[in-house]
Amino acid sequence: MNADGSASKYEAVIGIECHVELRTASKMFCGCRNVFGAEPNTNVCPVCLGMPGALPVPNRRAIEHLVRAGLAFGCAIPAFSKFDRKNYFYPDMPKDYQISQYDMPLAQGGVVSYFLADGTKGMCRLTRIHLEEDTGKSTHGGSGDGRIAGSSYSLIDFNRAGVPLMECVSEPDIRSAEEAVAYLETLKRTFVALGVSDVKMEEGSLRCDANVSIRLRGNTELGTKTEIKNMNSFRSVGRAIESEIARQIALLEAGTRIVQETRGWDEAGGVTHSMRSKEQAHDYRYFPDPDLAPIEFAPAALGGLRGDSEVLPQRRIERYVEADGLSIVQAQQLVDAPGVADYFDDVVARTHKPQASANFVLGECSRLANETQVPVAHSKLGAGALAELVTLVEARAITSKVAKSVLERVWRDGGSPKAIVESEGLGAVSDPNALATLVTDVLAAHAKSVDDYRAGKGAALQFLVGQAMKASRGKADPSVVEGLLRERLAAP
Amino acid sequence: MSSTNIDIRHVAKLARLALSDDEVALYGAQLENLLVHVAELEKLPTADVVATAQVIPSRNVERDDVNTPSLPRALVLAGAPQAEGVYFRVPRIIAEEG
Amino acid sequence: MGPLDRSAAALARAVSARELTASEVAEAMLTRVGERNPALGAYLSVTAEHARAAARRVDERIAAGESLPLAGVPLAVKDNMCLAGTRTTAASRILEGWIAPYTATAVQRCLDAGAIPIGKANLDEFAMGSSCENSALGITRNPWDQTRVPGGSSGGSVAAVAGGLATIGLGSDTGGSIREPAAFCGVVGFKPTYGRVSRYGLIAFASSLDQIGPIARTVEDAALVYDAMAGKDPADATSLDLAVEATAGFDRDDLRGVRIGIVAEFDLARLEDDVAAVYRAAYADLARLGAELVDVSLPTADYGLATYYLIAPAECSSNLARFDGVRYGLRVEGDDVGAMYEATRAAGFGPEVKRRILIGTHALSSGYYDAYYVRAQKARTLIANDFARAFERCDAIASPAAASPAFPFNAKSDPYSMYLMDYYTIPMSLAGLPALSVPCGYVTPPGSAHPLPLGLALTTPLFAERSLLSFAHVYERGTMHAERYAPPVLTEVPG
Repeated sequence: MNADGSASKYEAVIGIECHVELRTASKMFCGCRNVFGAEPNTNVCPVCLGMPGALPVPNRRAIEHLVRAGLAFGCAIPAFSKFDRKNYFYPDMPKDYQISQYDMPLAQGGVVSYFLADGTKGMCRLTRIHLEEDTGKSTHGGSGDGRIAGSSYSLIDFNRAGVPLMECVSEPDIRSAEEAVAYLETLKRTFVALGVSDVKMEEGSLRCDANVSIRLRGNTELGTKTEIKNMNSFRSVGRAIESEIARQIALLEAGTRIVQETRGWDEAGGVTHSMRSKEQAHDYRYFPDPDLAPIEFAPAALGGLRGDSEVLPQRRIERYVEADGLSIVQAQQLVDAPGVADYFDDVVARTHKPQASANFVLGECSRLANETQVPVAHSKLGAGALAELVTLVEARAITSKVAKSVLERVWRDGGSPKAIVESEGLGAVSDPNALATLVTDVLAAHAKSVDDYRAGKGAALQFLVGQAMKASRGKADPSVVEGLLRERLAAP
Repeated sequence: MSSTNIDIRHVAKLARLALSDDEVALYGAQLENLLVHVAELEKLPTADVVATAQVIPSRNVERDDVNTPSLPRALVLAGAPQAEGVYFRVPRIIAEEG
Repeated sequence: MGPLDRSAAALARAVSARELTASEVAEAMLTRVGERNPALGAYLSVTAEHARAAARRVDERIAAGESLPLAGVPLAVKDNMCLAGTRTTAASRILEGWIAPYTATAVQRCLDAGAIPIGKANLDEFAMGSSCENSALGITRNPWDQTRVPGGSSGGSVAAVAGGLATIGLGSDTGGSIREPAAFCGVVGFKPTYGRVSRYGLIAFASSLDQIGPIARTVEDAALVYDAMAGKDPADATSLDLAVEATAGFDRDDLRGVRIGIVAEFDLARLEDDVAAVYRAAYADLARLGAELVDVSLPTADYGLATYYLIAPAECSSNLARFDGVRYGLRVEGDDVGAMYEATRAAGFGPEVKRRILIGTHALSSGYYDAYYVRAQKARTLIANDFARAFERCDAIASPAAASPAFPFNAKSDPYSMYLMDYYTIPMSLAGLPALSVPCGYVTPPGSAHPLPLGLALTTPLFAERSLLSFAHVYERGTMHAERYAPPVLTEVPG
């Protein structure tokens, strides 16, 4: 972190609050559409504009989405929960109160776990997840750069007002920028997999703030924290936290006190800057919203919302890494591409060869998916077909070269790889006797390479193997070919 | 609750109400008088009583996630004290507002 | 009796039988309103075009063979209820000129039943008051004595019905805002169980207490309007999902077998002698009609006012935050948004609204929430429990609807003395109970040229609207108080 080693004296303590827009057809409390990018002020009605006399009615799906998300992280879903009003004035908040949840959120506790790049496993406790409504969007004018500072007026679009939002609050369990990003990635993966949110930071459907403080390693007291805002990608979350930790360390090393404040991340400058010199003491005057009935969940109702925990992204990643021996990156790639992990599991169930299956799914299959714009699960290469192929390769019944071309054919045209290999005689040739003539021909045709090899240029061998493979139309077992070549080259 | 003082200026700030000095004095006196009456509630044995937020308890009153028509934009902006194009316009926002 | 002075039931029958058209009724009523409203001030705006269009639709439906329970019945709508395309002000400067883009469910249901919306009736600003004097937009006079208030906050709707400017009216009752003015103007005012009638489109004052109800000249008419409005509304999450029994079509002729509770704490000796005498006579009439009078106690009733004046302002402080000069209504410009808010709200709200916003904000604020708001909610529980216990001993409670007849303008200059007007109605509101006021006699206070009406309040357990209205109907038929006198405005002014 910095050159004099002071970084190691300190430990960062980080908590993350994120707001995640839920994916629903309609808004939290009215039937207006919940979509991004519509013409300004077209998806609004008396309810989400806070018109006199309008009343909110909660969206059942939004409640269920939040509960699903909570259950995925092992949160407790209390039998009784309620909506409260959070009272404060802001021009993009139509009612000048936000319907939120104060002391009885829908989900409490829970744990988010993740892998770090070095292979260690981290976890961060959740404090709570609660449901609320989003605000409208302000565009600031007159400041030249669209920022609020220095602006002379603002223009408001209320399309986003009332969009269902879940706020996930973490405990301050995170110790590094990398961990913060890993935490967010687990959240994102989980929400996407559950279908509760698109989690598109660029569209604002996930927004997060980080509370950062540092302390001397070994201390248990918390240092003075700052709240970092305006981070618009996971990468900027990482950079902002790094930068803020470094800033705080520099201050403490210089004997300067850290001020509790809100700081904005400046992406271009790569630094945080103070947004509010003085923390205003808010008095939100929370009270139970008399327009809304409390929410009760009977254990039976929860059962229907509790999905198969084995298919949750982090659970899968852990299984792929810990039981199947895949790399963390491979495991994450399998989980992050929509539908791929299910497909992969299906293939492995037939092959019992996770690593080989992963190589195909993440290699050839993902290349073809990109090329053809057809997701693997929708290609003509069913999991059964890929399993056949993997089994053929693993039994060395075909070469990987043949496997590739067969895979490509089946991807486009369908069919059984095994049948194709059999009917077209594409089986691997591994009988040394059958390959002897081929090897002889290759050696004869490439005398220069033979000389090079004998003169100590080891790379010439790979060239000769390649030539032999080519001559066999890919069917020759490359390891057998290589053995034969070595044998013959070693002979005087 | 025995205090019947009320910091009218602070409360008015929270409620976004500009008050003149005369109003501060008038409302201050009137509301302190009301708080004296309200203080009678201290006599009630409320320690073990459940608070009533809604007198007729209902639970899980929710709607299906379906779309209903929004208002035409012309109607949305018709009542706006100030609109600019397709937006509502407001004077500058001082950051502390949030 | 001309069509305008018939009961809603009789008028709807005549229109349904095509003895006269809804359009004829509407035109006649609009003419009368044009003559009388300037003096009475019941309406803030007359919705002539809406009335004519509604009347045409009713006539078409009748012609098509439909029979409508409120066919052609002129309706006064309290101006805190939205009717699409009409000025809807809540009698506040802050909403002056706002045109509602949608219609309140309760209003729509009345229109669907054939009612003709004549106008938007005056009220205390945002329904906060007991005299209509808090309206920022006009004065409403009591049809019985134009030097006196009509009561409030539904004073305009009540004055319209009492003064013959509507056959039925819609009011909203938060702490007595239907019952007290109905008593002051000698008509029937009925607040159903909280949640029976949708609040969607009713400009909120105190959400956990507000309830829309009918105002009418007879109990039967009130029942007709209630039957048209009541029932679950998917747009109001607090509207009750319970079957609504039709209340009109009464099946009892007397009160035999009915136990009526008289509340010990509502000591009539505290009232003026002549007023107390009227109530004693009313109780005696209940007994004469067959009821068994039983003593009941509401030990916490005296705490109703204090409880109410914390809960209602707390909710109002939040409900009225939205009047901020951004999306609709008044804006007073300021250098920044905060200054604009403060200037707009200072200019837009009247003194009583400001007082309640201030006290409510205080009651919810950090450090005071438990002592004020939560304690008031607990007191509310105790008050509701008292009623539950009382109803173990009786089927209905009879009590004064107000402590006095209508008072002269400017008689209550101190806010707290005005709050005391709600003393008899607030406990029922806090408990969510169905309650009504029905004319029960007259007093002639010194200086008044005419007798002024008083109202008897009847209250039943939650959801017992059917019993409540049938008891009131028996009382009304058995006493005929409304037939003894008519408001001078009806006899002195031609029309």
